[in-house]
Amino acid sequence: MVEAEVWQLYRDMLRSRLFEEAVTDLWEKGKISGELHLGTGEEAIIAGVVSQLEEGDAMAVDHRGTPPFIMRGIDPVLILLEFLGHSKGLCAGKGGHMHLFSKEHLAASSGIVGSSGPAATGFALALKYQKQKKIAVAFFGEGAMNQGMMLESMNLASVWNLPVLFVCKDNDWAVSTVTNNVTGGKLIDRAKGFGIEGYEVDGTDVEAVWKVVNEAISKLRNNDGPQFIHAHCVHMEGHFLGDPLLRYHRNPTMLVEAADSLKQYAGESLDEVFLLLRKIGGQLKKKFDPLVVTQKKLKDNAERLKQIEEEVTKEIEQVVYKTLEIFKGGVKDD
Amino acid sequence: MTKMGFAQAIVSAIEQAMAEDENVIIMGEDVHVLRIPKLLPKPNLFIRFGKERVKYTPISESGFVGAAVTAAMAGLRPIVEVLFADFLGVTMDAILNHAAKISFFSGNKWNVPLVIRTACGGGYGDAGQHEQSLWGWLAHIPGLSIVVPSNPADAGGLMLSSIYEDNPVIYFEHKMLADYWLDYMGSGGRTTVSFDVPEKGLEGEVPDKWESIPLGKLNKIKGGNDITLISVGVGVHRSIEAANILEEKGISAEVLDLRCVAPLDIEGLKKSVSKTEAVLIVDEDYKNFGLSGEICAILLEEGLSFKYGRVCTENTIPYSRELEDQALPNTKRIIDKAVNIVKK
Ligand SMILES: Cc1ncc(C[n+]2csc(CCOP(=O)(O)OP(=O)(O)O)c2C)c(N)n1
Ligand SMILES: [Mg+2]
Repeated sequence: MVEAEVWQLYRDMLRSRLFEEAVTDLWEKGKISGELHLGTGEEAIIAGVVSQLEEGDAMAVDHRGTPPFIMRGIDPVLILLEFLGHSKGLCAGKGGHMHLFSKEHLAASSGIVGSSGPAATGFALALKYQKQKKIAVAFFGEGAMNQGMMLESMNLASVWNLPVLFVCKDNDWAVSTVTNNVTGGKLIDRAKGFGIEGYEVDGTDVEAVWKVVNEAISKLRNNDGPQFIHAHCVHMEGHFLGDPLLRYHRNPTMLVEAADSLKQYAGESLDEVFLLLRKIGGQLKKKFDPLVVTQKKLKDNAERLKQIEEEVTKEIEQVVYKTLEIFKGGVKDD
Repeated sequence: MTKMGFAQAIVSAIEQAMAEDENVIIMGEDVHVLRIPKLLPKPNLFIRFGKERVKYTPISESGFVGAAVTAAMAGLRPIVEVLFADFLGVTMDAILNHAAKISFFSGNKWNVPLVIRTACGGGYGDAGQHEQSLWGWLAHIPGLSIVVPSNPADAGGLMLSSIYEDNPVIYFEHKMLADYWLDYMGSGGRTTVSFDVPEKGLEGEVPDKWESIPLGKLNKIKGGNDITLISVGVGVHRSIEAANILEEKGISAEVLDLRCVAPLDIEGLKKSVSKTEAVLIVDEDYKNFGLSGEICAILLEEGLSFKYGRVCTENTIPYSRELEDQALPNTKRIIDKAVNIVKK
């Protein structure tokens, strides 16, 4: 891997991060409705994969679709308009952040946990049938590895020798459940059980991700069957914006009050709840932030880092400005 | 009598049943902490009853709902939580081919005393994979009871009867009524968003000790002579609001809260409709092949003649709040349709 590529990956990640920060701001102002699951913290995994996709490759994503859609080169203005529920948005304001679709990029999302497995498998089936020599990626969390449809699709991809890259972004949590507490065995062993080769990697290190994905993708393009990436990461904003566990973490007096009101029930299960409330903060450490990790690697060229930051900041400001200009005209503006 | 929130009433009725009967257990995703935003409203069942009776699960809905069916057959009374009605799609085999069929196939010798508790409904901009109602879709299947409460007193009483019912019940908890759900999914702690929450559904008087409300008995909320508005869940509140405005327009509307989609209170429906001879069904579930058409068919089979109309969700629920407001049954649509029917 050449150094130039790390710089490009850094730029991809930063674009996604700053875009999602702008999204957060609009969500907090009440301009974006419903839940909002950010991909902040998993940018290194997404960049390491999406940067190696070619035209014609397919992508099935979960409820954290923003970074993969941004990095795939889909117009951020269209994505932001979609989040604002505008008729000129990527999906005419009908899908919102959990249901992004771009037919020309063969990119599809779903809010149903586990569904990206079968989705990528079907894309790969069609691409292979059409002799296109293209691949399909499935992005999903470790929680989705307990969903039947995910495991069924791994078997299908294996037995039909389909070019599917299964990318498991493991942040240890599924909403407020620590996944280890509800998961038997090791995830990589599950993939192996289906005859799928697996790679375990630090998902905060974009270079490391890029390298294993590069190897896996060359095997896919060589028709060697599906591949499994198990990448570890954190979510900087918890499960979704306004995550109640993080609200407790950020407001310790709430925790004290809760502890007080529950004193009457001592016991194992009370301890477990408080352990969770304490544990959630662990992921917020800067050392797990893939952007910080990459900045460290590139710190010798501070000037270039600064330049990229300025360029990307400007780009995202422009995106927000353009989006709000269109938005001002009203949702049904034609 | 005390005051209670809708969600709190459900939890409180479950708490009463769990204290009475050791065979009542809970399972589902995040059941240990789901109620945290409102400062662990008392009682947090996980803390009170411990992890053997309140079991948090992996994201394996088809597996744990399927397992709950046979756990019920083996003597437990499980309450399984499937976070949202939309995800019942993942569990459908356990419901359709097992829970609903065991009693019949066994010659009524083996029952499935199972409650599936699930949150439903829209109005906060989360789009059609998280906001569906689907009670009509489920009521299509013989062997299931379908409960859709609209206020705290009914929510608790119907939960108690659902738990003690010997056959499977699907219990819908509307997110516009359950404060913690709306906080969780809608506001996320923000004060910059607002929702059309029906006050009377959100909080209300409840009995000091829960008593079962029989399944399949509707509740007449308001009397009237010119038209019968029939609904469940949040639709009941939209109907009352519409009925009050219709009153000003000189139209006297009766409002019925079905409380259960299955079994349907056919006698109660007949009584009202034979008086008003006009029916408007307000259904947040889909229009085609659903509750609204079914009630019409039953009343015709019963030999009644009446004017008829319906206000339902007709298509996939869009994400945009503006589009969503038009897609879900709203007060204006109800009023317009009612006026239209009465004037026919
Ligand atoms: C079938 C289904 N069940 C439950 C949910 C609710 N839900 C949304 S995200 C999520 C956690 C997913 O965990 P994981 O796959 O690890 O992804 P992460 O959110 O951690 O990125 C759950 C339970 C859902 N959307 N779909
Ligand atoms: Mg996870």
